[in-house]
Amino acid sequence: MTTTLYVPCDASALSLGAEATAKAIIAEAQRRGVEIRLVRNGTRGMLWLEPMVEVETAAGRVAYGPVKARDVAGLFDAGFLQGGTHALALGALADHPYLKNQERLTFARVGITDPLSLDDYLVHGGYRGLPAALAMAAPAIVQEVTDSGLRGRGGAAFPAGIKWKTVLGAEGSQKYIVCNADEGDSGTYSDRMIMEGDPFVLIEGMTIAGMAVGATRGYIYLRCEYPHAYRTLNQAIATAYARNYLGQDVLGSKRAFDLEVRLGAGAYICGEETSLLESLEGKRGQIRFKPPLPAIKGLFGQPTVINNVITYASVPIILDRGAPFYKEYGMGRSRGTLPFQLTGNIKHGGLIEKAFGITLRELLYDYGGGSYSGRPIRAVQVGGPLGAYIPASQFDAVLDYEEFAKIGGMVGHGGIVVFDDTVDMAAQARYAMEFCAVESCGKCTPCRIGSTRGVEVIDRLVAGEQKQEVLLRDLCETMLAGSLCALGGMTPFPVLSALNHFPEDFRNVNRP
Amino acid sequence: MKGQLQEQALHPMPAARPLAAAERAKVLEVIVRLRALPGALLPVLHGVQDALGYVPPGAVTLIASELNLTRAEVHGVITFYHYFRSTKPGKQVLQLCRAEACQSLGAVALEQHVKSRLGVDFHGTTADGRYTLEPVYCLGNCACGPSLMLDGELHGRVDPQTFDELLASARGAA
Repeated sequence: MTTTLYVPCDASALSLGAEATAKAIIAEAQRRGVEIRLVRNGTRGMLWLEPMVEVETAAGRVAYGPVKARDVAGLFDAGFLQGGTHALALGALADHPYLKNQERLTFARVGITDPLSLDDYLVHGGYRGLPAALAMAAPAIVQEVTDSGLRGRGGAAFPAGIKWKTVLGAEGSQKYIVCNADEGDSGTYSDRMIMEGDPFVLIEGMTIAGMAVGATRGYIYLRCEYPHAYRTLNQAIATAYARNYLGQDVLGSKRAFDLEVRLGAGAYICGEETSLLESLEGKRGQIRFKPPLPAIKGLFGQPTVINNVITYASVPIILDRGAPFYKEYGMGRSRGTLPFQLTGNIKHGGLIEKAFGITLRELLYDYGGGSYSGRPIRAVQVGGPLGAYIPASQFDAVLDYEEFAKIGGMVGHGGIVVFDDTVDMAAQARYAMEFCAVESCGKCTPCRIGSTRGVEVIDRLVAGEQKQEVLLRDLCETMLAGSLCALGGMTPFPVLSALNHFPEDFRNVNRP
Repeated sequence: MKGQLQEQALHPMPAARPLAAAERAKVLEVIVRLRALPGALLPVLHGVQDALGYVPPGAVTLIASELNLTRAEVHGVITFYHYFRSTKPGKQVLQLCRAEACQSLGAVALEQHVKSRLGVDFHGTTADGRYTLEPVYCLGNCACGPSLMLDGELHGRVDPQTFDELLASARGAA
């Protein structure tokens, strides 16, 4: 009898040795004359347990992890193909405390299916939203997305349905669907996990968007730091074309949708939507003045929907299950779920998809298990390099777009970077300015010059010139109010939050 | 001709060694394959860098004239993006993550170790031409840092010791 095993092909799993594990399993099975079928799935998102191997047994899938190549022979000895007990055994994952209480809507299939198998996608509930959309009039699709309460998951949280409605109503000879897959924020990888672990859900979501607004061309603008996702997306797109889910006649509807992946080239600013559009047009990624909005004049001057990966990937289930189903999740004006990403100095790093309304403390301690180093957690940065540093006294803050903003935070893309008590917050503030200087597109002065001056002012402040604090605050005010986009306009958030919550780190005393 | 000289004075570009015939053929192949794409410049530059390891300054004029752009536009795009390089890299490119999540797990100390071990700063190539060291701002491996990418292969939980082992095994494999 052939036993089916799963070893993730996700980049994080590979970074911890999944390829060597997979090869060792194949070699060991051959040596023992055992027939196996090895599936390369996405990751379940319990990244501290990668490489995680799952075995299909009579009692369902059971997991082992982290499995290094050197553990493989021992696992065979322990009879893991029949679910045998072993020090690395994790049991059935459905009962695992990390996964049990998650609300996986967007990530329903990630880690379970073979990302490149369209049949797997279909068996597990894929391509149900698109046929539903094809049976609806365009305004009805847009209305469904509006009613679901889905807001842009890239960080700005603008209601997706409103954006789509603008594009639907705009005149243009060629409308576009653009996916922002330039996931450059440190502490985030949910886009990558979807693209590597369930690429068809993104393709389906973008196709639905095309049908909703009358766009026949789509682009996925992918950062070049994600070579694994690039390969997976291209293979999935080729399969979708071959099976008529993309092309001139999508599912026999006589309606066209073409999709192509384009690579960025290492510029953080290209995650800003207008800069991304410039880059797609083959130019320097300098931001555009708004208005006009991309919805009116976007790619090549045409009406363009631009959303991020998770936004599109959340659309199929909305069209499949209906807006009320999705809206059930969440709180206040933050409806649905968000994939939170626990990263940095955290014991149990990984992806947790939950409805809005969970607190930082629940994520950090109930899921995360505290710091990786075992030392107290001193600060977390939420929402990427432009998000504020949150001190331990605020860990009861609720993660909801509006609630979290009340404490000066930004939920953003759901990335949470954890620091223990060895962190030097003045160094983090300096890094925020340095990063802005490296990545500024150069179009506006507060960002281009302010960031460099910011590094200098922080250096002088830390060297003991206390009056530089006034200057630093003044500079931050200028950047906040005077920058053209979020890069210059939000770099002050990590800087000021570090200064306000951890002033002792900015004083020239003997810090550890 | 006069106009061209003036342009050169205003936009100092790296001294452009004329392309060798083989390089020129590769660049042209990429251009012919991709020129019809809307917004073709980034795909073309990626194609050239994939083929040659860098975008030789001598290719700028060719790319510009074939895509109906000015040399300044092409030069401007190459220099805007961190990923595109104008000089030949070492045999392998080592991208070391500098971003916050990796910092929280000791990326700053790792960076110092890597630099002293290789004897180069960021953007530098080792004396033996083996490695080019580049900073990168996030590889999307933030729960398993510190991270680096060696020729497209991602490595997580890297510390000075595992870095040395990685170099040793890369050397052994070569």
